[in-house]
Amino acid sequence: MSALAATDATAPQPLLSVRDLTKAFPIRGGLLKREIGSVRAVDGVNFEIGPSETFGLVGESGCGKSTTGRCVLRLIEPSSGELRFEGKDVMSLSGDRLRALRRDIQIIFQDPYASLNPRMTVGAIIGEALTIHGLATSRPQYEARIVHLLETVGLQADHMTRYPHEFSGGQRQRIGIARALAVEPKLIICDEPVSALDVSIQAQVINLLEDLQQRFGIAYLFVAHDLSVVEHISRRVAVMYLGRIVETAASRQLYSTPKHPYTEALLSAVPIPDPSVKRKRIRLKGEVPSPINPPSGCHFHSRCPLAKDICSTEVPKLKESAPGHLVACHFR
Amino acid sequence: MGNYLLRRLIVAVPSLLGISLILFVLLALAPGDPFGELASNPNIPPEVREALRVKFGMDDPILVRYLHWLVAMVHGDWGFSFASRVNVDTLILQRIPTTLYVVGTAQLLALAVALPIGVLAATRPYSIFDQIANTFAFIGFSLPTFFTGLLLILIFSVNLGWLPFVYRTDIHATGWLWYWENIKQAIMPVTVLGLYQAASYTRYIRSAVLDVIKLDYVTTARAKGLDESKVIVKHVVRNALIPVVTLVALQMPTVFGGAIVTEQIFRVPGIGSLLISAILANDTPVIMAVTFVFACLVVLFNLIADILYGWLDPRISFR
Ligand SMILES: Nc1ncnc2c1ncn2[C@@H]1O[C@H](COP(=O)(O)OP(=O)(O)O)[C@@H](O)[C@H]1O
Ligand SMILES: [Mg+2]
Repeated sequence: MSALAATDATAPQPLLSVRDLTKAFPIRGGLLKREIGSVRAVDGVNFEIGPSETFGLVGESGCGKSTTGRCVLRLIEPSSGELRFEGKDVMSLSGDRLRALRRDIQIIFQDPYASLNPRMTVGAIIGEALTIHGLATSRPQYEARIVHLLETVGLQADHMTRYPHEFSGGQRQRIGIARALAVEPKLIICDEPVSALDVSIQAQVINLLEDLQQRFGIAYLFVAHDLSVVEHISRRVAVMYLGRIVETAASRQLYSTPKHPYTEALLSAVPIPDPSVKRKRIRLKGEVPSPINPPSGCHFHSRCPLAKDICSTEVPKLKESAPGHLVACHFR
Repeated sequence: MGNYLLRRLIVAVPSLLGISLILFVLLALAPGDPFGELASNPNIPPEVREALRVKFGMDDPILVRYLHWLVAMVHGDWGFSFASRVNVDTLILQRIPTTLYVVGTAQLLALAVALPIGVLAATRPYSIFDQIANTFAFIGFSLPTFFTGLLLILIFSVNLGWLPFVYRTDIHATGWLWYWENIKQAIMPVTVLGLYQAASYTRYIRSAVLDVIKLDYVTTARAKGLDESKVIVKHVVRNALIPVVTLVALQMPTVFGGAIVTEQIFRVPGIGSLLISAILANDTPVIMAVTFVFACLVVLFNLIADILYGWLDPRISFR
């Protein structure tokens, strides 16, 4: 932990700090659906996000990114770990105090088709959050707020009375953003907000998110399975593999000098715009192992080109290898 | 919407015509006719029998008889019951209120039981409550109504003597007592039919709720800070009910059919027992009319299901 503290010496007091977060989902089986094992979806994750900062979380599908994001809001109950928001202990909150936290932290989902209630109008979807937190005292004020939010995300006032199915994917994602903005959150968890959109729309939505960050000073936990999306928007990036963070660094640092062999492999798959620069494509052997039965020691050792005996017996600690650059590897 | 309704009703006409033709032909080809009994009755001279057959057109070709039936039907003449010696429509109108009362109450009971149990079970999957609910639902629809019906009669009428086991329409009581007697005699048939339906509705509602509860918009609702009971009622149940409502509407004709057995057990003088006695007496006009009423119910409830679906789900539009 001392290494993490050192990296934050320059940063202001963190908005969110996550310590040793774990989440194990029970696996049920047999006739009576008894618990017969567990999936360690998140396995001891540490990170911090400063105010108005974008923190990228990258990893292949199934590595536990969404679970991490939902645990932060306690939409999924973490198995263990410590969560602090503005210094307050989030794990001890319950009932009304937990719901109040949801004014400060919001979430945007990957699938813009599934994340809006099909039976509610856009106005009702956005307005519900206002009502819950008592943010509008009169009907005209309520409607004015909704119109203002719609315009903020680039939609029109008359969209209020329509239903979600009448909109395109990009527009729906904007509705989702307006809904998240309604409560004036300090942190928004963006769970692959553009993965389901066309490439041309992706840029528009990312620009909107950046624009909102500048206007309102919102911090983002930006989840993606693709390093190229995150590079553009994040100040710092963490790379996840099978429930653990294997490398964290400032965005530029991570892309220019990746240290973990897994990060190197991921980066080698990202196309470079400049055709004169050649990067060696690293192919990983095998498939991502199942999180139900992850490899011992370093989870990555079964696919790692550098693996030695120690890798299968000892879990490498996330340690600082350069200022602000943390990596969990025995050899780097 | 009005346009849509009109178009659906027009489309329903040919299917009802087809159904009635098939029913008519099947009944005409079936062995035995209403005058079968007259043939073996030595007191009736053959000339009288012959005159009757001619009068009712029994020996005309099937299609001619069908057309006669159809024309009469369109004019509101549903035929004459040979067994009961009254007009078929009078007979059916006499029987329908009882069936509606028993079947309708049973449906309300089924939903009142299945809705809370199904929703609660789905919000706590694999909990003790869920497992108990599942077990009862499984037992519920594995036990046929003729078994549970007889069991209840045995317990509550024969052994305890609390409830009457024959349903009567001629109750000799006035005022509150009359209502009380009517409720008392409906308790067993309604319970048997209602709980049987409740069992399958429970499982259906549970799985519909389970499908919806894991969707992102439910998580969104929680993320807004809405409390859990409101999340369940407003976001989960309201969406899960869309397929349930349609299922209930589509099942209604089957429920009427299923009620035949229950009506028979408890001697409920409804439309189901009318059909059974008509079949036993070879009373073709009544069989024809009752089955045709059932066919109309199927068409009607299909239409109702579609309309409800469009009304509940803004994604569906009536074109
Ligand atoms: N509700 C759940 N029950 C059981 N396993 C789950 C559940 N949610 C996620 N998992 C498992 O946890 C792992 C991580 O999932 P997730 O966080 O969705 O990954 P990502 O968002 O990185 O694709 C996966 O192996 C997934 O199968
Ligand atoms: Mg995910």
